Amino acid sequence: MTTVANGVNVQALLDAREVLKTAPEAAQFVWRASSKWQNGVHSTTTVKEFFGLGQEQTHKNEAVFDADHPDVFAAEDNGITPIEYLLVGLASCLTAGVASVAQNRGIQLRSVEATLEGKHDIRGILGADADVRNGFTDIKVTFNIDADASKQDIEALVAQSQKRSAVFDAITNPTDVTVEVA
Amino acid sequence: MANSWRRERWDSFRLLTPNWQSRLPGLGYEGPDPDGYMTMGEVTEFIERFAVLSGAPVRTSTNVTSVRRTDGGYDVTTDHGEIGCRAVVIASGACNQPVVPKFSEAVPSSVRQLTPFGYREPGRLPDGGVLVVGASATGVQLAAELRRSGRPVILSVGEHVRLPRTYRGRDVLWWMDASGVWDQRYDEVDDLTRARRLPSPQLVGTPERATLDLNALTAMGVELVGRWAAVRDGRALFSGGLRNVFSLADLKMRRLLDGFDAWARTSGREAEVGPPESFEPTRVPESARLQLDLNSGEIRTIVWATGFRPDYGWLDVPVVDEKGRLRHDGGVVDSPGLYALGLPMLRRRRSTFINGIEDDARDVIGHLAQDLAVRS
Ligand SMILES: Cc1cc2nc3c(=O)[nH]c(=O)nc-3n(C[C@H](O)[C@H](O)[C@H](O)COP(=O)(O)OP(=O)(O)OC[C@H]3O[C@@H](n4cnc5c(N)ncnc54)[C@H](O)[C@@H]3O)c2cc1C
Repeated sequence: MTTVANGVNVQALLDAREVLKTAPEAAQFVWRASSKWQNGVHSTTTVKEFFGLGQEQTHKNEAVFDADHPDVFAAEDNGITPIEYLLVGLASCLTAGVASVAQNRGIQLRSVEATLEGKHDIRGILGADADVRNGFTDIKVTFNIDADASKQDIEALVAQSQKRSAVFDAITNPTDVTVEVA
Repeated sequence: MANSWRRERWDSFRLLTPNWQSRLPGLGYEGPDPDGYMTMGEVTEFIERFAVLSGAPVRTSTNVTSVRRTDGGYDVTTDHGEIGCRAVVIASGACNQPVVPKFSEAVPSSVRQLTPFGYREPGRLPDGGVLVVGASATGVQLAAELRRSGRPVILSVGEHVRLPRTYRGRDVLWWMDASGVWDQRYDEVDDLTRARRLPSPQLVGTPERATLDLNALTAMGVELVGRWAAVRDGRALFSGGLRNVFSLADLKMRRLLDGFDAWARTSGREAEVGPPESFEPTRVPESARLQLDLNSGEIRTIVWATGFRPDYGWLDVPVVDEKGRLRHDGGVVDSPGLYALGLPMLRRRRSTFINGIEDDARDVIGHLAQDLAVRS
């Protein structure tokens, strides 16, 4: 196979897969975020530590995310809307998947761009219509990929990336969520 | 004899493999319709004929309740006494129990739940709608039959294998066989675990040789929903990933058919087959529902067509993995003198089907005979 350089260390991932097959405990990760109310509907959320491979881990840098609502919601727009973070997560997860699968399949990528559109009927969150759900009505992701591969192979990349995507799964399938007051 | 066919299949059952592919060692199909598909009665007769022909000393109605390792071999306990033996071939089948997800326990009791083992024909189900779960061979066949009986049918679709019944004028399984796909060996495939877990293809054997993919079911009025993920407050929650399971199946089918085309070109078989065909992508429902209220009375029955698993409860030798699968290398089990036959992709892709036993048995019994010779 010709070597392609998409910058993904696929060998490390494949090795990890083999190791974790026999060590399921090490595969148990916990991702964490902590948030703080600022003012109005503005909050900041920081992400730094997580748990995995049997021990506490730390990102190189702490990341801080501002979330707010835009002017049209009569807010100050200090950051993107919380639901937009879902699009950020989905876009980055699928893109990472495309790069990894391409690397694994020996496909050289030149550019990968995606545009996402989440349709949202805000009557749900406003309580204006009890039959409208709070979340997205639907989400559409459109990939534009330039790579050394046929259209069919590129479609297969995108399909496989969805199949292995954490965020795609988290959005398309129900997750048990507990929210409590400490 | 032929117990699994006699007791564990529904009334209208036919093989999805064409008659000429139903081969047992020394016995092929000799009837008038090699391209047809056997009914359950015909399969049973075929196996009975083989029993007579082979003259194997079968002890019928004898359950093995335990197999234990001894110094020189195995102690086999049956409900009719013990058998001491130097070698054992496990041929107890891959589909002894239907698999049903754990969340089925949360289904309200007003909805009747059935597995393919309990299902016989539409008339025995309560009136009203049916939710069929799983879109592999069993699921698509039962969904079609139930829909034809006039019932509203919803089919929950996860990952699946789409195939046309015929391609370029030949049975798609002819292509599998002739092009060598079915000869792919277990030690040559990329991901054997996955290959062994591959769901059965969306195929049905009918005299019309009709394709029974999801588009055919949609045309019949079957409603498609995503993979059933959970039950919450009496509601079934379906995955929103339906489009992607369609894409995966459409792409994989096309890749397989492209491989057939390439094989036909390079092997000089073009003249035997019709022109290449293309198939419409799986049609995505206008808006697939994500929830179904199980208490609403909209569906009265759930048919779980979510696969089968083997049962090794009687095997007291530590050769079964944490997922309940037998650990073996092409039928050679990791315990001297212990062998397996009749499992999916045991030694080659065709192992999954009746058609595979001849080659597999030759290889596995070859190993067994040699092992006995060495040990004596
Ligand atoms: C729904 C369905 C449809 C299928 N359709 C096709 C098809 O169209 N074409 C095709 O080629 N293949 C088909 N197959 C696969 C086919 O069934 C197998 O290839 C074939 O049955 C394998 O034969 P076998 O004798 O190894 O196993 P089985 O037919 O499963 O027979 C195993 C036997 O062992 C018995 N047994 C199990 N445990 C014990 C024990 N402890 N003591 C005593 N006896 C025991 C069982 O009762 C059973 O009689 C289908 C399978 C299923 C489940």
